[in-house]
Amino acid sequence: MPHDDHDHPHALLPPEPALRVKALETILTRKGLIDPAALDEIIDTYQNKIGPQNGARVVAKAWSDPAFKAALLEDATSIVADLGYYGRQGEHMVVVENTSTRHNMVVCTLCSCYPWPLLGIPPGWYKSDAYRARAVREPRKVLAEFGLTLPEDTSVRVWDSTAEVRYLVLPMRPDGTDGMSEEALAALVTRDSMIGTGLPKAPS
Amino acid sequence: MTRVHDMGGRFGDGPINPEVEDAPVFAEDWHARALAVTLASGFLGQWNIDVSRHARERLSPKDYARFSYYEKWISGLADLLVERGVLSLDDLRSGGEDGPHPLAERMLKADAVSAALAKGGPADRPSNVAVQFSVGQQVVTTRPAGNRIVDGGHTRLPNYASGARGRILRLHGTHVLPDSNAHGLGEAPEPIYAVVFPASELWTSPEHPDDEVVLDLWQSYLEPA
Repeated sequence: MPHDDHDHPHALLPPEPALRVKALETILTRKGLIDPAALDEIIDTYQNKIGPQNGARVVAKAWSDPAFKAALLEDATSIVADLGYYGRQGEHMVVVENTSTRHNMVVCTLCSCYPWPLLGIPPGWYKSDAYRARAVREPRKVLAEFGLTLPEDTSVRVWDSTAEVRYLVLPMRPDGTDGMSEEALAALVTRDSMIGTGLPKAPS
Repeated sequence: MTRVHDMGGRFGDGPINPEVEDAPVFAEDWHARALAVTLASGFLGQWNIDVSRHARERLSPKDYARFSYYEKWISGLADLLVERGVLSLDDLRSGGEDGPHPLAERMLKADAVSAALAKGGPADRPSNVAVQFSVGQQVVTTRPAGNRIVDGGHTRLPNYASGARGRILRLHGTHVLPDSNAHGLGEAPEPIYAVVFPASELWTSPEHPDDEVVLDLWQSYLEPA
C-alpha cells in the first residue's frame, strides 16, 4: 500500500494553502460529500464549546476532593466521562500527577496527539517541529523557553503520546489557595499547566 | 526505517515560540476549514485514523518539511480521497462533475456533528493475544524501528526509542495495532503498555540523571530484556 509516487494528487490543487482548502471544500460540497453547515458546526464546537476550561474543571475538582483525585489517577476515562468529557481524541484518558519531586510534560513526537475533550485543539507550538523534536531530548531547555525553571531535585518525566492514549497533567495545587471554591481554583489552572509546560497561576 | 515525521530528538529546529494562552484557537480561518473538511471527510467511512495519519506521513520529505501543519492535513486528505477512489484526479484538476456521488448518503449533516464528535472512536478492543509483560519488568524495544508487516509502512515506535531498554510502567489494555490497521490488514488488537526509559538510555548527553521519557508501545514492539 505505501507508495512513494512523487506525482502526489495534492499537487493538482492550488498551492496557496487557503485556496487549496477552499478548492477541496468546494469539490466535496458540489458532490454532496460534505455539508458546509456541518463544517461550521465542527468549527464552532472546537472554537467555542470545547477547550481548556474543561480540563481546568477536572483539575480543580481533583485539588478539592481526594476521593475524586484517587479515582481520576486510577481510571481517568470513566471519571472524566462522568463529568461529560468524552469524545474524539479523548477515548482513553490517563492523568499524571506532578509532585515536589517529579514534573510531567506531554508531547507527541510523531504527530500532534492531544486530549481534545479536555483541552480542545492543540496550540500551534504543540504542533511545531521544534516542540516535537526537542521536548523528549531537552525538556528543561524547552521549559525554560516557557519561563519555567524546575528545582534541581525535581525529575522530569516526558510522556510521548505514541498511541491512542491521551494524557493530562495534574499540576500541584498552588500555595495560598486553602478554602477556595472549585470555580475559583479552576480559574488558576492554565492550559499549559495541564500539558506540563507551565504552572497554575498564583492566587491574587 | 521510519519517515520524515519521526523527529523526536532531532537537532536544529530552533526555539519554540509559545503563543499566549488566550490566542485564537485557529490562527487563520483556513486552519479551521482544513480541520473541519478533514474531520467531515473522515465520516464518509473510507479510512480509519491510522490510514489518515499514514497519509500525512507519506508526504514527500520535501513537502512535509515545507508545509505548515494544516497544509499537511489538507494535502494528505487530497491524496487519500484520490487513493480511495472518492475523488478522481480530474476532480482535483477541474472540479469534476457535480453530484450525486455514490457516497453522498454518508455525508455528515450539521445536526449529527455534536453526537458524532461526542461518540469518538476508541481503539480499545478485546484481544486473544496473551499479556506477556508485567508492571516493573525490563523490556527492550525492537531495532530498527519500522513496520514489520509492510515495508515502509506505518508504525508508532519512534526511531529515537528503538533498541532501548525500559521498564513496564502500566498496562493500558489491548488496542488496535496501527502497523496493521493503517494498511487494511485488520485491527489485530494486542496488549499495549506505557514503558518508561531513563533519558540516559536515549540520549548521549541527557540534561539530568533522573529524567525519563515514557512511550505507549504495543507488545509486538517489545522483547524481554
